[in-house]
Amino acid sequence: MTQVYKSKSLATLSSNKAVAKAVGQLDVDVIAAYPITPQTTIVEELAQMVANGEVKAQYIHVESEHSALSAVVGASIAGARTFTATSSQGLELMHEILHITSGLRLPVVMAVPTRALSAPISIWNDHSDIMNARDTGWIIYFVSSAQEAYDTVIQAYRLAEDREVLLPTIVSYDGFLMSHTYEPVVIESSEDVIEFSPKTWKGYIEEGAVAIGTLASPDYYYEFKYQQVEAMKNALRKAEIIDRDFYKKFGRKYGLVETYRTEDSEIDLLVTGSIWSSLKLAIDKARSDGLRIGGLRLRLYRPLPIDEIEKILAGKEVLVVIDKAISYGLRVAGPLANEIYTNLQSPVKIKSVVAGIGQRTVTHEDLYKVILHVYKNKDSPGFTKHTLFYGVRGVEFDG
Amino acid sequence: MLSLTVNIRIPRTVWDLPREDYFVGGHNLCAGCTAGTIVRNLLKVAGPNTIVVNATGCLEVSTSLFPFTSWKVPWIHIAFENAAAVASGVEAAIKVLKEKGKIDPNKKINIIAIGGDGGTFDIGLQALSGMLERGHNVLYVVYDNEAYMNTGIQRSGATPYKAWTTTTPVGTIMRGEWRDKKDIIGIALAHKVPYIATANPAFLLDMDKKFAKALQIDGPSLIHVLMACTTGWRFDPKLGIKISKLAVETAVWVNLEYNYGKLEVTTPVPKRKHVREYLKLQGRYSHLTEEEINDIQERINRKVEEINRAVGKEVIGPLA
Repeated sequence: MTQVYKSKSLATLSSNKAVAKAVGQLDVDVIAAYPITPQTTIVEELAQMVANGEVKAQYIHVESEHSALSAVVGASIAGARTFTATSSQGLELMHEILHITSGLRLPVVMAVPTRALSAPISIWNDHSDIMNARDTGWIIYFVSSAQEAYDTVIQAYRLAEDREVLLPTIVSYDGFLMSHTYEPVVIESSEDVIEFSPKTWKGYIEEGAVAIGTLASPDYYYEFKYQQVEAMKNALRKAEIIDRDFYKKFGRKYGLVETYRTEDSEIDLLVTGSIWSSLKLAIDKARSDGLRIGGLRLRLYRPLPIDEIEKILAGKEVLVVIDKAISYGLRVAGPLANEIYTNLQSPVKIKSVVAGIGQRTVTHEDLYKVILHVYKNKDSPGFTKHTLFYGVRGVEFDG
Repeated sequence: MLSLTVNIRIPRTVWDLPREDYFVGGHNLCAGCTAGTIVRNLLKVAGPNTIVVNATGCLEVSTSLFPFTSWKVPWIHIAFENAAAVASGVEAAIKVLKEKGKIDPNKKINIIAIGGDGGTFDIGLQALSGMLERGHNVLYVVYDNEAYMNTGIQRSGATPYKAWTTTTPVGTIMRGEWRDKKDIIGIALAHKVPYIATANPAFLLDMDKKFAKALQIDGPSLIHVLMACTTGWRFDPKLGIKISKLAVETAVWVNLEYNYGKLEVTTPVPKRKHVREYLKLQGRYSHLTEEEINDIQERINRKVEEINRAVGKEVIGPLA
């Protein structure tokens, strides 16, 4: 606590409502969204705020997610601070425009309560949707509590609109498990919020010849795309600074990778999202058995803070990466596990685990079983070769 | 209701059009392409306080090869199917930024979306419907060259009956397109759009007046412009305007407008020419037999009857 606050209040909010609250306080100019479960309550909440005159924004009732993102792209070009939200199939429908938003370097912010993909249709949670957005050039946060969702939306606008970044940003979190569950959330004053993330974005429209979205020949295209590579590097640096500044102003910080009991751990588990709190319980239980287990939670997924992960994993024996999505046709089928495999420069053994597909329940006891399984089998040959599909019928598991 | 603005005037003669151009040369449109004519006039009418949103298509790729542009106004291209959605966003942003005092609230800014027939009739129809239904203050101009010309003359929902395209080729069994052109004006009418018109660059002043009227409307408007395509229709590049004129003289194309639902045919045709005059100049119809030409003529006759009935008098006369 480093400063006297203008005012704070405590509210009981779902992550969706926490996101809507933050967006409302950030003086967003244009909101366009299309209903999809489990995102819908965010835009319902915002519609009510607009209807009450609490938020002075244009709310565009678009006829699809494709048009939702297209409309905020147009608004962002014209200089508006913009917001949209979607999940699952909606994010897939937006996919074409995801690439265009980052290619045009527009600081659009979007909330994505994650949800499984069809078919078969499932409205429940996993990370299949967000994993498909990983190469679209968006900054992607993965938050694990309603408080963090609120705080990260505030951070996201400052990061997205930073002149050295100018990249669209997704704040994602687990659908239903977080989007529809209520937690206490500290709400900052709107003055403090806007002071932390002031509106600096002016858009691209000027008098005269300004061409946006031109045709780039092989002579130019590559340089445009490489600028996005550089922007992501800047985003990694800036995200850390913003989180630090956020702590100075509001007294809460998350870092880019959160750790739990990793100081002396031998086996660590890397997760994203709401499973983090269950994992901490499982780690405590394993610790009471005398096992040296630790946990990592990835908060910033793109850009990937791999240096930091590398530092944390120095001298460790096994890293278990738990994915809630499947990359079909691969021996190591967890998408995040694959990325850690390829990016990590470390002798640590990596074990890929897939769990929670279509919101198949994963409790702290399940995670404890996974820990025991890894502990028992870590030295058997070929142990890290295949993904463990945990919790699916018909697959043997010794835990 | 009409809210008249300072900077948009309805031209009475071509001399009322400004000398200044906001769509300029150096682009890569085909020699004889009439899209350039249409857009040059559109921007002469609209003037410099204009933001253009251009769907992917011939016009877009031919006028924006980085680091050049033919557009002397802010110009935005996002994708193929979403010009109307992007324009909706631009309009909403301008509106709220005016309310918040970030943009001078007295400044009239025209927002114009432009799409080809593919980007409008087909892939962009959903976004267009949303824009029209929500009532955004945007002029949507569709330049209709009756096929996907940018990708190489493939059939679209706007391709007319019997026309050859690369995906409705003339073979031993099939003889070009076998369905009628989609009625985009009827679709716009169903959205209760305040101002809807068809236009044709051979009737320049009529077209320019319509652009001006549409820009004066506070609300959505749609102008459907016939765009004779030298490459896709297979005609000598110098014939674009002549063929456009023949389209009206034969009543293949009717210049009309719906002002708050009230229909007016703005280019009456006292005596019609036979459709053969229009068809024979175009390679896309070169496969037609006398019987097929008469079939097309019959279809036009029926359409003319319908239009005269809707107007309540004979605005389009009999065959000469």
